[in-house]
Amino acid sequence: MSRDKTMTADEVVARLESGMTIGIGGWGSRRKPMALVRALLRSDITDLTVVSYGGPDVGLLASAGKIRKLVAAFVTLDSIPLEPHFRAAREHGAFEMTELDEAMFMWGLTAAGHRLPFMPIRAGLGSDVMKVNPRLRTVRSPYDDGEELVAVPALRLDAALVHLNRADTFGNGQYLGPDPYFDDLFCEAADHAYLSCERIVDSAELRAEHGPQTLLVSRAYVSGVVEAPGGAHFTSCAPDYDRDEAFQRAYAQAATDPEEWRRFTERFLSGDEDAYQAAVAAFAKEAT
Amino acid sequence: MSESVTRAEYCVVACAEAWRGDGEILASPMGTVPTIGARLAKLTFSPDLLLTDGEAMLIGDVPAVGSGSRVTEGWLPYRRHLAMVAGGRRHVMMGASQLDRHGNQNISCVGDWAKPRRQLLGVRGAPVNTLNNPTSYWVPRHSPRVFVDKVDMVSGVGYDRAAAASPMTTRFHEIRRVITDLAVLDFATPDRSLRLLSVHPGVTADQVREATGFPLTVPDAVPHTRMPSAEELRLIREVLDPKGLRDREVRS
Repeated sequence: MSRDKTMTADEVVARLESGMTIGIGGWGSRRKPMALVRALLRSDITDLTVVSYGGPDVGLLASAGKIRKLVAAFVTLDSIPLEPHFRAAREHGAFEMTELDEAMFMWGLTAAGHRLPFMPIRAGLGSDVMKVNPRLRTVRSPYDDGEELVAVPALRLDAALVHLNRADTFGNGQYLGPDPYFDDLFCEAADHAYLSCERIVDSAELRAEHGPQTLLVSRAYVSGVVEAPGGAHFTSCAPDYDRDEAFQRAYAQAATDPEEWRRFTERFLSGDEDAYQAAVAAFAKEAT
Repeated sequence: MSESVTRAEYCVVACAEAWRGDGEILASPMGTVPTIGARLAKLTFSPDLLLTDGEAMLIGDVPAVGSGSRVTEGWLPYRRHLAMVAGGRRHVMMGASQLDRHGNQNISCVGDWAKPRRQLLGVRGAPVNTLNNPTSYWVPRHSPRVFVDKVDMVSGVGYDRAAAASPMTTRFHEIRRVITDLAVLDFATPDRSLRLLSVHPGVTADQVREATGFPLTVPDAVPHTRMPSAEELRLIREVLDPKGLRDREVRS
């Protein structure tokens, strides 16, 4: 019999520590584990190395001063190209950054999951990614071609946070949207992976309506499962919901002014997840 | 006829031309005018091109820009998209916040990388794109702020940097075209530096020179960018962009 791994978002955060390297799944402003990020914001945890295909997860953690170092190829809100908190943090030199190419990032996670020290890739050479990451090394093909390639180091994570559509209590995670992003790789690269989902269902139900290829994450990698309806808000979680564009606009607008941001955090981020969801519902009602 | 063709429409056709002869590969346009251009190429002289919905699906129809596809012909999540890049079955047209005379592109940040004056997107996939699949650039406002002597953070790799990196780094490297609101340019010079290929009607070579922040190779006779055919104009205006989104990106 498998183990029940259900827990609350706050219990997930209780297992994290300051100084950890934390990978965050999703992509840009798509299927980000925002309920888990919000729980992190409520904690005293800081000094994090954050590894992310960055979106508002990075923005929020940066705004709260929790990032010591960011590993990313970009940070964006998709429909709003530039993430305002990330931008401000970088322009103030608020944290260190390891800026990688999108493909280098993927192979770094893959290497970590496969317990390899690095993966060779034809990317980075000739670009300033090599200059701003002076510790990056190249490797020469041992075969006849002799091509010089970049040796992307493994992006090993202390913990991974991802959000999927469904999961069972044991940690088998299912995605129902068009793109898995790299959530499975984040889990495989981490010592401990924590998976939030829209709804926890019976294992039998996971397979009842959808093909086995939707079972993206295996319980073998998962330490905790959190049921968090709306847990990706305001990023998208297709097909359960799209990005909340009106809310994202309000977020981005507020982020450009300290006083407005203080009011935004007071209204939306000063309570627990239930308070957040209630404030979002009130915001949506106001808008109609 | 030519009086009634807008600058944006010349740009659409110039973008479409970048994908001519590409065969059965993925056209990855970034920006409104390149998106209309890729779709125009598919509807006319490059019917084998593959297109995406901008998310994870390969689309089997050619919808208007800004409206949804009704036919899915394949699945292309980011991980498979990156495999297509590495395998070279793709020709991307990226934007450029800065571009130098050898085709080095910057979309990461302006100023010193350690503490940028203006943080932009980050390098995204520009390093892997440029070393693995043909790359073109779309610059909707040709100016000395974009065409600079030296870019602040090389994201997309140009000819000089690719050649200097290692002997084999150039093996799949190709910067095909640069299309701007003023002109079409390429790198077909002995030292692989930017050359004026055509100017859009109403633009002079001197105007392009003045809008470029480094010495530009200008042939003795610079032709005009070709005019869209009547059928291409119909496709642009009635099928691909009936709402005129192209005019928001390129003003006439």
